[in-house]
Amino acid sequence: MSDAIPEFRKAEATEVGITGSALTSGVGARTWSEVAIIVAVAIVVIGGLEFVLWWREVPDYIFPRPSLIAAALVKEFPLILPHLGYTLVTLFAGFTIGAVIGMVLAAVVTQYPLVEKVITPYILVLVTTPMLALVPLLILRFGFGYTPRIIAVALAVGPMVMINAATGFRRTDSAKIALARSYGATTLQMFWKIRAPMALPMILVGLMIGSIFGLLTAVGAEMVGGGFGLGNRLTTYSSMINMPEFFAVILLLSFIGILIYITFFLIGKKWASWQT
Amino acid sequence: MVAKLAIRDAGKRYGDLDALKGCTFDVADKTIVSIVGPSGCGKTTLLWSMSGLHSLTSGEIDLDGQRITGPRPEIGLVFQEANLLPWRNLMGNILFPFEVKGQKPDMDWIAHLMERVGLTGFEKRMPRELSGGMQQRGSIVRALSLRPQVLLMDEPFGALDAFTREEMNRLVEEIWLETKTTIVFITHSIEEAIFLSDRVIVLTTRPGRVLADYPVNLPRPRSLETMASREVFDLMNRIKADIYGMSSTRSRTAAE
Repeated sequence: MSDAIPEFRKAEATEVGITGSALTSGVGARTWSEVAIIVAVAIVVIGGLEFVLWWREVPDYIFPRPSLIAAALVKEFPLILPHLGYTLVTLFAGFTIGAVIGMVLAAVVTQYPLVEKVITPYILVLVTTPMLALVPLLILRFGFGYTPRIIAVALAVGPMVMINAATGFRRTDSAKIALARSYGATTLQMFWKIRAPMALPMILVGLMIGSIFGLLTAVGAEMVGGGFGLGNRLTTYSSMINMPEFFAVILLLSFIGILIYITFFLIGKKWASWQT
Repeated sequence: MVAKLAIRDAGKRYGDLDALKGCTFDVADKTIVSIVGPSGCGKTTLLWSMSGLHSLTSGEIDLDGQRITGPRPEIGLVFQEANLLPWRNLMGNILFPFEVKGQKPDMDWIAHLMERVGLTGFEKRMPRELSGGMQQRGSIVRALSLRPQVLLMDEPFGALDAFTREEMNRLVEEIWLETKTTIVFITHSIEEAIFLSDRVIVLTTRPGRVLADYPVNLPRPRSLETMASREVFDLMNRIKADIYGMSSTRSRTAAE
């Protein structure tokens, strides 16, 4: 028997789903046989590359064989290591400054819709313009030290973090706000207990993308000017046609990138897995 | 009969639309009152005004003779859907009100409530790991943990399947028999309203005002036999006639 009053169902409380996919879902090997297959494929790919390059007698300055790259990495590592440090300092300093400013700005601005509408175009300009383009200008003003690089990295990271964090802070679920209000939550409690946790998955997405953009900008800035950093090593080695060493540096850069990815993946799994 | 809640000429305007107008009735202490009515009759608006989360544009709502102007600790609220915070586990959700208020929770009472609704052992589970019915039971525990004098429930079981819904209705009655908390219950299920309530109030469509007010004098706890009685059947049909009457008037007006 249907005793429901004829009426349209009230629209469900709109819980905006976001794709924190890169953060919370990843492919992972589950069994030993899967691991074995992955390792076997890697050996075939690298070994095959080694064989083809040797067999076709490809010159080192076009594409050095993997074994040469590995040897160069081991031999040159003591020389490259300080530069790795310089790059990480640039990246870390620029990322921290940019991320903090980006998050604070997003948290504040989303409270004032008009302010947000006014500044969003500028943030978009900053997000879409490669900050690398500013490096020559920054070098003119600040010299060849860390300063122009850190500024460039912060400029690349900040807007990216801000735009994602703002999306997170805008996802206000009115039912959850009402819940907190019904218990008399203060504005500060509302922020830390409702808005911030709700925005966290998007903030993490912003930090992850921002850090990758930051690495790109850091290396780019090092290539443009100054005598240190992994980017500087790249230009130096390629100008000397030391291609195995050149590729060894690229290998290190990939390694940093993967490390960043894994870090945020783990943070996301721990703190944002409620999303899925 | 003491009026716990007094709704006096309550009205709410949104722009030039009257959602609620001249709504007047009392809710006696330690009773369950259901409000039914077609969509857009302002029943949710009315309930939110009782909670102090929304303000009225005319009239007033009093709790123990005191005008409600904002959220009150004596009033608990159960939302449509369970409205648990997905980033906290069940116990974290239940302790949330205490955290906000800076109050020490009464863990014995909470443990008792958890036992009562059958959630003991699920304290560490995240909301997404719980069924819809379990989530809503958790939200009832959250609302009752502060020992409110009045519990406002806004279509709490609308999203649940029929069986779970009946189970939840029995649970609400059991809890009421134990705590005698005054309950105002909004629903669009007439059967649910009759099963739970001491009184069923029917609201008209826009602007919402009281069309009918039926006492339900059935023995508690209410059994299947009681619910299958002639009395319940007649009451159900009268309420249905009220509501269908409204919608047919509306369609006739629309046709003209």
